[in-house]
Amino acid sequence: MERFWFLTFDGLAAGAVYAAFALALVLIWRAARVVNFAQGAMAVATAYVGYAVAGATGSYWLGLAAAVLSGLALGALVERVLMRFVGTAGPLNQVIVALGLVLLIQAVLGMVFGNGYRPAATPFDTDALTVGGVAALSPYDLWVLGAALAVVVLLALLFTRTPVGLRMRAAAFAPEVSRLLGVSVGRMLTLGWALAAGVGALAGMLVVPTGLGLHPHAMDLVFVVAFTAAVVGGLDSPVGAVVGGLLVGLILSYVTGYLGPDTTPLAVLVLLLAVLLVRPGGLFSAARARHV
Amino acid sequence: MTTTRTEPVPPSALRRLLPGAPAGGGPRSATLLRHLAVAVLAGTLVVLLTNQLPPYQNLQVARVCAFLCVTAGYTVLVGLNGQLSLGHGALMATGAYTVALVQQGLDDRAVRGWWILPGSLLAAVAVTALGGLVVGLAAARLRGPYLAGVTLAVATLVPAVTTIFTGVFNGEQGLRFPAQNPPAALGAYFQPERWLAWIALAAALLTIVLLANLVRSRFGRSLRAVRDDEVAARLAGIPVARTQVLAFVVSAACAGLGGGVYAVLTATVAPGKFPLDLSLFLLMAIVIGGLGSLAGAVWGALLLVALQDLPGLLTDRLDLPAALAQRLEGNLALAVFGLILIVVMLAAPGGLQAGVRALATRLRATVRRAPDR
Amino acid sequence: MRPTTRRVLAAAAGLALLAASTACADDAKQAAENVPGVTDGEVVIGTHQPLTGPAAPGYSKISAATKAYFEHVNSKGGVHGRKIVYKVMDDGYNPANTENVVRKLVLDDKVFALLGGLGTPTHTNVLEFVKTQKVPDLFVSSGSRNWNQPDKYPTTFGWQPDYTVEGKILASWVKREFPGAKVCHFGQNDDFGRDSLAGVEKILGPVAAKQTYTTTNQQVGPAIGALRAAGCQVVISASIPGFTALAMGQAAGQGFKAQWVVSNVGADYTTLSAQLGDKKVILEGMVADNYLPMVGDTTNPWIQEFTKIHQKYNAGNPVDGNAIYGYSMAYTFVQALLAAGPEPTREKLVAAVRKGGFRGPGLTPFRYAENVHAGYSGVRLSRVTGGAQTYFGPTYTTDDGDAPVTEFTEPPTTPPADAVPTA
Repeated sequence: MERFWFLTFDGLAAGAVYAAFALALVLIWRAARVVNFAQGAMAVATAYVGYAVAGATGSYWLGLAAAVLSGLALGALVERVLMRFVGTAGPLNQVIVALGLVLLIQAVLGMVFGNGYRPAATPFDTDALTVGGVAALSPYDLWVLGAALAVVVLLALLFTRTPVGLRMRAAAFAPEVSRLLGVSVGRMLTLGWALAAGVGALAGMLVVPTGLGLHPHAMDLVFVVAFTAAVVGGLDSPVGAVVGGLLVGLILSYVTGYLGPDTTPLAVLVLLLAVLLVRPGGLFSAARARHV
Repeated sequence: MTTTRTEPVPPSALRRLLPGAPAGGGPRSATLLRHLAVAVLAGTLVVLLTNQLPPYQNLQVARVCAFLCVTAGYTVLVGLNGQLSLGHGALMATGAYTVALVQQGLDDRAVRGWWILPGSLLAAVAVTALGGLVVGLAAARLRGPYLAGVTLAVATLVPAVTTIFTGVFNGEQGLRFPAQNPPAALGAYFQPERWLAWIALAAALLTIVLLANLVRSRFGRSLRAVRDDEVAARLAGIPVARTQVLAFVVSAACAGLGGGVYAVLTATVAPGKFPLDLSLFLLMAIVIGGLGSLAGAVWGALLLVALQDLPGLLTDRLDLPAALAQRLEGNLALAVFGLILIVVMLAAPGGLQAGVRALATRLRATVRRAPDR
Repeated sequence: MRPTTRRVLAAAAGLALLAASTACADDAKQAAENVPGVTDGEVVIGTHQPLTGPAAPGYSKISAATKAYFEHVNSKGGVHGRKIVYKVMDDGYNPANTENVVRKLVLDDKVFALLGGLGTPTHTNVLEFVKTQKVPDLFVSSGSRNWNQPDKYPTTFGWQPDYTVEGKILASWVKREFPGAKVCHFGQNDDFGRDSLAGVEKILGPVAAKQTYTTTNQQVGPAIGALRAAGCQVVISASIPGFTALAMGQAAGQGFKAQWVVSNVGADYTTLSAQLGDKKVILEGMVADNYLPMVGDTTNPWIQEFTKIHQKYNAGNPVDGNAIYGYSMAYTFVQALLAAGPEPTREKLVAAVRKGGFRGPGLTPFRYAENVHAGYSGVRLSRVTGGAQTYFGPTYTTDDGDAPVTEFTEPPTTPPADAVPTA
């Protein structure tokens, strides 16, 4: 039983990280109907900025702010300079451009910063607090969980309580109608990308210290897991992203702990199939009837 | 069996695949003949080329052909049927491991014979088609990113499966089986790499001819109808789910053949050869080449091989100070490839094949207009 | 004939002619060369390295050092008057790329030999090819025992001590220092981890608990938690640097205090502390092993010489364990090339390595012999104290079989002038 609790805490800590990153994927999907395969690479790039600022100023929080700001800027830039012109000639063109961007960003980071691991500082202790003899969550894990939940709440407020949020949703779901109603769809798209990349940057800052450290491929594995989490939760649902992230984190931890580290890809596939064959749109998908 | 055109008949992919099957009319057999003629011509040209090439370049030809089997089947699934799979690297691995296990098993029992190669490739096609059936059955229920998510999970499966069943697949180190040697009839000094190129070429031509026929058949039209509008397709009497599953099976069979040939080229398989990157690169190849077109698949296959050779080309050509060269090494090639992807997608959204076609049309128009001026 | 068809045929004929003419030129050149890769002025050799991708951190610096050392040797006149050209090909640690670049090096670039190809899963897949092409395949950068199969792969040689040798020596130290303690093993789930565990269990018998990790899964918490729950007092770890840091970080986070005893593959203090940053204090007390001069030991004459070369030709990179590895391996290659004589052939090079007898920066002799293609025969233990990794105790040698672990008492060698071997 002690082992179970230990794995549960371990899984929650990992899951919080996946949840934060899955949120960023959900945001882009909601705004632009595209799975941004470059999200991981973009987050790594902004994490480099963040940790450079943190190193120079000695303040983690300034670094975090710099990462999020550069994320907002990078997201807007990618949309304005690239994605806008890729258009929808083919259903996969944006995906391919995103993949091209991954290669480009990772290569440039490798050229500028080298391919080595760089240490990533944490604002809170990473030593686990012990609960009843079980090493539970560390203060840093709590910060990651808290930050992910805070982002969900803020996003929910943004989308439901503010005019900008409503316009963004409208622009994504019914661009033509929105345009007629005077919503600047293009600007909303840029905003959506910026917002998603900002959340991605935050997630990157949270993720990097839990892995091998900062390096150009730091988010590769996280991207795959977070994408799974977003799909499990339902790509349209921020709450789904968080639930999916925690669920995937827990399952990976149990599977790694009880069955061994090799079996996790198999477990991920089983989870995906189990969820999607019952609910093809993810756990939190809006029920959409479409029969012929 | 005869059926009238108006009656909705479930399209049979297999029947269309077989050249000798009842084609039901003159025009279609003409299509088959034309495809065969083009294939024979292209094959002859490539054989002539391989006769002149040194070993390494012949290996490159062989790799292009192996990848062509995969990209051709893949572009039919993604481009013509609109189902996004990110797991084709794993399907290639299935074919490759099947060939390795069959050939190794026969070699252990001291079984020899010319039929081992085609036999093992056939087994690879069958096993991978079965794998495609399983994935396809799940896929038929899923759409867009959800299908992408499941197939992405499939793509990451290879290392897991090979380590869990280490006894069969020999974990990270993979399997080795006897290398293909040219038959004695070709002479003692026949270049082994040329023989490999011919094997791969035969597989690629077979794949292309069968797929070209399939694409022009009723099944091909069903594929496109399902892609364009599922509801309309169903109203027209096309069994949507079955068409989608069949598309997956056909595409997987091609991937299995390509993976099998890919394994034969080096007589080795290892999980590290089929990482997630491979699946993503395959997708890039077919989109950059021109989604849904077999000619585009050729571009894609060429691109995949060029990518593997890009790093050496770039670093050899440049003479830079050591510190800078080290930073650029490897990274530069990836950056260039990333840029190419982005630029092609911006300049030719329909891929290289569409770009070439547009260019040719413009040229022809210019030539035709020229006498008037 | 339709005009298009005619045009296509004409183009094909032209292409064939062009190809024919280049092929002829190639044949002529090939006939002139008796030994591939060797001319009066140059010896061309090649390697495959992970310059990009997940294995690039750390390991991409090895070939930089090897290259720098050859530049240094070339500036002193080369070997038998020939300059060494080292072609480094990036394989991104993907075996498919490895197979491709090795074929390019051998078939297209016609290298004389391969040197220091990095990685077990990568290099395993080119062994057959290298054998059929009869290319000397020297000093594979991995401690797998695969390279020591002279009957099966007569031209392939290992260089570093294999993982079993290392496991035996680490375990015998643990047996002496921690009698009766609960000893556990943490290893990579491939030959690295398995061979190491085999060596450890040859000395200690079954370990109290064993856990593995896989490089595609960074969640090592559960494995470390299991070791903690098992009450392990000593953890012998066969892990690459990234995962050593990750595992020890997890252990510290979980309040799991044990003596960590780490394979040299994943124990370079410079690399680990660069990755851990402020948290590098958790490395204090870590015991590891090595077989080359220790990086921080500025009084060591080998380190002094290598640092000089480093500053001149490789200043962009840190002087760390990877750099020393690259320099030392290059040194052994120059020794082998010298021993192959003024008119080297592939056969002579292989024979020279088989004859062995090279001594250089390494603490122990090599095991090379007529029927042994394994590298260094032993290691010495080191400990991290006060932010420095230093050797302690004697040097030990053994083999990967049942030979006992014995002390090696010969004093270390000193470098020749300019650290360029002369004979």
